[in-house]
Amino acid sequence: MTTETGTGTVAADGRTLEEHAQRVRELIVDMCANPEGGHLGGSMSMVEILVTLYHSVLRLDPREPEAPGRDLLVLSKGHGAIGLYAALAERGFFPEEELAAYGTPDGVLTAHPNPAVPGVEMPTGSLGHGLPLGVGFALDFRLSGSDRRCFVVLGDGELQEGSVWEAAMAAAAHRLDRLVAVVDRNGLQITGSTEDAVGLEPLADRWRAFGWTVLEVDGHDTEALRAALGDAPRVPGRPTVVLASTVKGKGLPYVEGQARSHYARLAGRQHKRALAVLRARSGRTETTA
Amino acid sequence: MSVTVAEPESPDVRSEAPPPRPNREVYRDVLAGLMPADERLVCLDSDTGLFSGVDWGTAADRYVNLGIAEQNLMGVAAGLAKSGRVPFVNTMSTFASTRAVEAVKLDIALNDLPVRIAATHSGLSAGHLGSTHHSLEDLAVMRMLPNMTVLVPADAAATEELVRACAGIPGPVYLRLGRGATEDLPAGAEPLRVGRAQRLREGDDVTLVATGPYPVLAALEAAEELAAEGVEAAVLNMHTVKPLDTAALTAAARTTRAVVTVEEHWAAGGLGSAVAEVVAELGAGCPVLRVAVGDSFAAGTGGQRHLLERNGITAAAVADRARRALSRR
Repeated sequence: MTTETGTGTVAADGRTLEEHAQRVRELIVDMCANPEGGHLGGSMSMVEILVTLYHSVLRLDPREPEAPGRDLLVLSKGHGAIGLYAALAERGFFPEEELAAYGTPDGVLTAHPNPAVPGVEMPTGSLGHGLPLGVGFALDFRLSGSDRRCFVVLGDGELQEGSVWEAAMAAAAHRLDRLVAVVDRNGLQITGSTEDAVGLEPLADRWRAFGWTVLEVDGHDTEALRAALGDAPRVPGRPTVVLASTVKGKGLPYVEGQARSHYARLAGRQHKRALAVLRARSGRTETTA
Repeated sequence: MSVTVAEPESPDVRSEAPPPRPNREVYRDVLAGLMPADERLVCLDSDTGLFSGVDWGTAADRYVNLGIAEQNLMGVAAGLAKSGRVPFVNTMSTFASTRAVEAVKLDIALNDLPVRIAATHSGLSAGHLGSTHHSLEDLAVMRMLPNMTVLVPADAAATEELVRACAGIPGPVYLRLGRGATEDLPAGAEPLRVGRAQRLREGDDVTLVATGPYPVLAALEAAEELAAEGVEAAVLNMHTVKPLDTAALTAAARTTRAVVTVEEHWAAGGLGSAVAEVVAELGAGCPVLRVAVGDSFAAGTGGQRHLLERNGITAAAVADRARRALSRR
């Protein structure tokens, strides 16, 4: 599905994962310009995770979002819905123009994932639900003798929910190696650092102690993500967790690493400024509608 | 979460010899019989102990013990059901309806998935295990969830019928089971149909509406007591609490002068509330009186029958409410 070149991973459509990530960030910023605003910071931090999964790891066909043999992605950190919608549009599940309906009355693009949107597998948003669902999917794969995989993208603050660890124990006990968890380790939750709230470290040791294969990567490095995610499971019989070190608000330097980026409404000038910054950083200066 | 192990049934010297089969064991055996022939069925356990020694035959890989973790239990069931499986999840009713309820609401009910929640130890059937294990809220919790069907078998035969009836229900089901054995209802009743009240006795003065083993028996006994006084009581076994048989209740409110409900549940939100909602909206002026546990944790300690009596879920209480309701008119 992907090829490696000297300039990075190229998706089947000939564009690099970095180009896809750039466009997804622009779409997220556009949605945050809606009067309702949006979960900016945690959507921006997981862009490379989603883009790498959708464009070079998951076996799926966006024209057949319900195809029985598809790989699954469950966004357990459901507040990243605008990031998910943008990634789905960029992958071709629906035209990106439809993202303009985000936040409009009676639209399907709600601020937490809505399964009425093509490509959204489950309604998430209350934290701590995704990994139990993933255990159920992976259990079905095993009972069916299938080589499908289920990827569950979790927030790091979300790991404070006890149900995550109930599922982590069950997945290891039942040797569900078709289950892959990806933690968007941006280090922040609403009040500030995760470590100042209820600390998660030593996080890798914790997952290892729960019986998982642990991989630690730079969550903005698509090459590293592709290697970690694509090869899972490296140890048969063990579920895999990829701890992806990320920056909340990534792409907008003036909010990067700041808890206040969690939810934002980018009105008027702020919207234009954000797009300009994103495009300047990508080396693109042209304007689009 | 529970750490109860193989406690003996509390002796109850006043009861007659109980039938041999607790309804949770009837359920277990019916499920074990259905599993090999239907690849979709999965039995998810939370270390209840109910399935120890069961021979699953060719379905052995579809019995999965997920340990003492009820939130995960419900989420896993939803993932399986979304994949086309039909999981039966097993826990005690209080853990299903309170500890794990957000997963039931969001993972199962919101997605309208065919998960069957087999909930044992309902009502006061956990007896001397105490308030942590009593479940007097589950009917209220489960009936408020959209898409949920709520079934309450009143004896062993009904348990088998309702477990088999799950096959015809496309969405989630909450199956309210007990702990110990309970008496069988008199033979000869009409077959159970999900969503239709089972008429156990005709009568044109008052209608007694009951759900669950002891409440239905109490209603039947009260009807006998009332008959001796010349009061004819109809008895409806409301084995399906949701969807509620509004047609039967409408008929009851229009053809008899009062309705008395009986349940092993708190008065708030359970069968009595559901019946009162329907009858009040008819505007027929028919009073609804409830026999249920009041606004307190169950008084006393002891076995199920003792607690029922101690908390006023008795035939005498049902007959008393019926007399009061009729004297008001």
